[in-house]
Amino acid sequence: MTAYVIRRILTGVVILILLSMVVFLVFNALPADPAALTCGKSCNPQVIEANRIRLGLDQPLYIQYWEFVRAIFVGRTYGSGTATFQCNAPCLGYSFRKGEEVTPLILKALPVTLWLSFGAFLLWLIPGVLLGIYASRRRGRWQERSVLGAALVGYSFPSFFIGLLLLFFVVIRWQWLPYPNYVSPFEDPVQFLQTMVLPWITLALVYMAFYIRLTRNQLLETYSEDYIRTARAKGLKEGTVIRKHALRAGLTPIVTAAGLDLAGLLGGAIITESIFSLPGVGRLAVEAVVDADLAIITATVLIAGTFIVIANIVVDLLYAVIDPRVRLS
Amino acid sequence: MTFLSVKDLQVSFQTEDGVVHAVDGVTFDLEKGKTLAIVGESGSGKSVTAQAIMGLHTGRGVKISGEINLGGMDLVGASDSTLRSMRGNSMAMIFQDPFASLHPFYRIGNQLAEAVTAHRKVSKKEARAEALRMLIKVGIPNPDQRIDDYPHQLSGGMRQRVMIAMALINGPELLIADEPTTALDVTVQAQILELLSELQAEFNTAIILITHDLGIVADMADEIVVMYGGRIVERAGLHELFYQPQMPYTVGLLASVPRLDSAGNRLLSIGGQPPSLISLPSGCVFHPRCAAMNAGSEERCKGERPDLRDVGEGHMVRCHLDDEERTAFATKRLAEVFTGE
Amino acid sequence: MSNQEILKVENLEKSFPISKGVLFKKQVGSVNAVNGINLTVNEGETLGLVGESGCGKSTAGRAILRLLEPTAGSVHFEGQDITKMSRRDLVPLRSRMQMIFQDPFSSLNPRHTVGSIISAPYAIQGIKPEGGVKNAVRETMERVGLNPEHYNRYPNEFSGGQRQRIGIARAVTLKPKFIVCDEPVSALDVSIQAQVINLLQDLQEDFGIAYLFVAHDLSVVRQISNRVAVMYLGHIVEQASRDDLYSQPHHPYTHALLSAVPVPDPKLEAERKRIVLQGDLPSPINLPTGCVFSTRCWKATDKCRAERPELLELAPGHAVACHYPITEPLGSKKIIGPDSGFVEQPDRIVQPPSEVLQNMQGGRATRPKGIDYAEGEEPF
Repeated sequence: MTAYVIRRILTGVVILILLSMVVFLVFNALPADPAALTCGKSCNPQVIEANRIRLGLDQPLYIQYWEFVRAIFVGRTYGSGTATFQCNAPCLGYSFRKGEEVTPLILKALPVTLWLSFGAFLLWLIPGVLLGIYASRRRGRWQERSVLGAALVGYSFPSFFIGLLLLFFVVIRWQWLPYPNYVSPFEDPVQFLQTMVLPWITLALVYMAFYIRLTRNQLLETYSEDYIRTARAKGLKEGTVIRKHALRAGLTPIVTAAGLDLAGLLGGAIITESIFSLPGVGRLAVEAVVDADLAIITATVLIAGTFIVIANIVVDLLYAVIDPRVRLS
Repeated sequence: MTFLSVKDLQVSFQTEDGVVHAVDGVTFDLEKGKTLAIVGESGSGKSVTAQAIMGLHTGRGVKISGEINLGGMDLVGASDSTLRSMRGNSMAMIFQDPFASLHPFYRIGNQLAEAVTAHRKVSKKEARAEALRMLIKVGIPNPDQRIDDYPHQLSGGMRQRVMIAMALINGPELLIADEPTTALDVTVQAQILELLSELQAEFNTAIILITHDLGIVADMADEIVVMYGGRIVERAGLHELFYQPQMPYTVGLLASVPRLDSAGNRLLSIGGQPPSLISLPSGCVFHPRCAAMNAGSEERCKGERPDLRDVGEGHMVRCHLDDEERTAFATKRLAEVFTGE
Repeated sequence: MSNQEILKVENLEKSFPISKGVLFKKQVGSVNAVNGINLTVNEGETLGLVGESGCGKSTAGRAILRLLEPTAGSVHFEGQDITKMSRRDLVPLRSRMQMIFQDPFSSLNPRHTVGSIISAPYAIQGIKPEGGVKNAVRETMERVGLNPEHYNRYPNEFSGGQRQRIGIARAVTLKPKFIVCDEPVSALDVSIQAQVINLLQDLQEDFGIAYLFVAHDLSVVRQISNRVAVMYLGHIVEQASRDDLYSQPHHPYTHALLSAVPVPDPKLEAERKRIVLQGDLPSPINLPTGCVFSTRCWKATDKCRAERPELLELAPGHAVACHYPITEPLGSKKIIGPDSGFVEQPDRIVQPPSEVLQNMQGGRATRPKGIDYAEGEEPF
């Protein structure tokens, strides 16, 4: 078990290293020149060259990459002579577009994304699974058809459409909520909730539709298993058969899906954050792409990758807890 | 003394392709301590009959009529809660695939104990003690350790023993065994059949044994019902069925199975396929495959559904042929099996 | 049938590695599925390979056709060692050696029509039969009892028995010389089993095909085989002609197997006693030292537990791997000692066929006592 976790973490690290290399290479292959982009109005070749040296862009690619990785663990010093400055570990780089270190930028954006993701997660998972169970119990009746029909509608609308729709009617037309303006829940809980409720609903609607269908399909498959028939043949109450025997087995694939979906969101819910002007990781990434801000892009991709890697390990461990047949070795 | 009596049982399912009459007019009695074997191929209605007795057909679009009388109680009209209180208590069932039939996530001890607590108000500890007692009874080695095993840690034979322990833990009067050894190896099958016989002798359980294997029938049964196309086509005592089979289908089965005691010549196979329950043949459901049908009987065989008739001392046959024709056919066929002539 | 060897398997081994490790996996053991078996199959004959689940019979069948790569040993087909051949060189040979699978539901591609399934071997081999592929396929379909008009139908439109016929048609369409049949009838209904067995026998007679018939059902194997090999834990423990094996087995395991098969004859069943083997099959990862059957054998001695017996000919054509082969007839009381804890067997466990007939004709379900076997009658 421990050996398994260690091996999984090590493979995760290898994956992250490869990921960062790919991001690094792709962005260096782009025609945009970061040195020129950071140059500003009074730009001339000398300034660009100076920027290039300051950013370390004059170095060979592998040295640039090495510097980047080293900085995460020991920090690094940019520039030379009088124009130096120190970026402390864990240093994810320095954004010359913003004139800020990347690590604090990420740390500021991350809580927003965490609140958004976990809130939406609970909001879709609980009703989604419950409705899925309900639909499976009413198989072939109008209740099942209504739930599935509603899920299909939710599933067919892209999240930007739902988000814009909610924003337009609830905030602009009816003015039930003030325009979203993120504050920390510890500062102003009311404004926090007023800001988050629409993004939560937007994300939850899309995912919920998926979880209703997934849960229903999984359970219908489980109901036809021989061990469910055995449970009935034992004379267990129907509720016990469903709760204790069908759910536990039928919900295992949902654990996988939920873990990976949550991890995906933690890497930044790009569209939803942009629509509602939430200063999360997703929006940070979008801005960075627009600005060709290599330092931030690399950092956000790495963060997203790390969440996915962790989620994969957690899901596998959960699996072993739920299903005794799974032996981790 | 008769304690299970099934009369004119009908089971039909509403499907997308139409109504399927899976069981049509099944009638039989069973005494305590006796074994009734139901023999048939897939689609013959043997498993549907068993699950109807257990009240396991719960889906919509299922219609059950007729009479199932167990110990004086009619099960066809019984409420769900009445049926539930009898399932696993006065009647129990074991299935073909013991691995798929045990929940993969729960320890076998818990699965056994659950069967106890579903019907008796006992503490968890008592239920576990009961589970252990049953595991010992069905011959699980190291039962005090095995009780905490998961199903996947046991061999196929051990799993079926656990299923038997679970079925018998509340001392049912009726045990339905649906192909209990089909998924097992032949040496393990021998062990399981022996265990069933022993436990039956001890508890005086009535057993309905559903199987396609005539060898197992010969080993275990007191009385036999042969089913084809959802109907009983022959019903007889053990020796009558094997030594004086009457229905051409039964004869066909006896003559077509490879057996260790035959002359080893070419098998006399029954042609054609088992019928589709959605479009049953007219007349006798077996007539398209019947080798005994002759010019004289052809019209009736094709046009008229035969009744189940008593041809002597409770030996029931569903066939238009007369006694002589049937006996002649059976004699000739079986002679070919043993002598190859 | 002739005595011309078509297949010769020597010391065939197949093991599946088990690996373990934190960073780099290293092999820590192996599942020894097949442990050095020797077989020959003659032209046009059927060799039955029988054993319980986990004995390695299916793995052996697949390794012989190189559907699995053998770990060691050689397989000579028509004199050529196919274990040394490249995959590409193997392709033309596939037209002469084929396989029929157990599960008629999963072994046919549901998206291909019956016609394209059966004609696939022509395409793979690049063979153009006289009169066209379509005609040849229709002919084959007719031969195996399928309606040639169903050429364009899909497998799911057929019943289990018909699907098995499709699988058989695919295997025989190029008129191969050798087919491995892996449990070809065990998924079928009883009345369909007989049809398929008869079909396989007819095809064998018509085309002179040799079969390696892999199955767990001893009655089915007896029905179709000329010779039979019994496998246990990856080893062949006994091999003999069909009649020798079923009437005079020498290996204790064969005795136990045969005694466990129920016979559809109630009186015979009532008299028969079974040799009930104790314990479970040992793990193929840690094979028992000495004789692989010694952990469950009631005759086992220290010698059996220390020394693995060779498969040796006891009589011409009858080989057995046992230090203490049983020479008493099947079902004899002497097989089992008084203190062995095993169930005693009656002297005679075979129903003389004449009695069944007597009962039929006399209409009596009683059995005259004391009739013994007549000479020349088939025991079992």
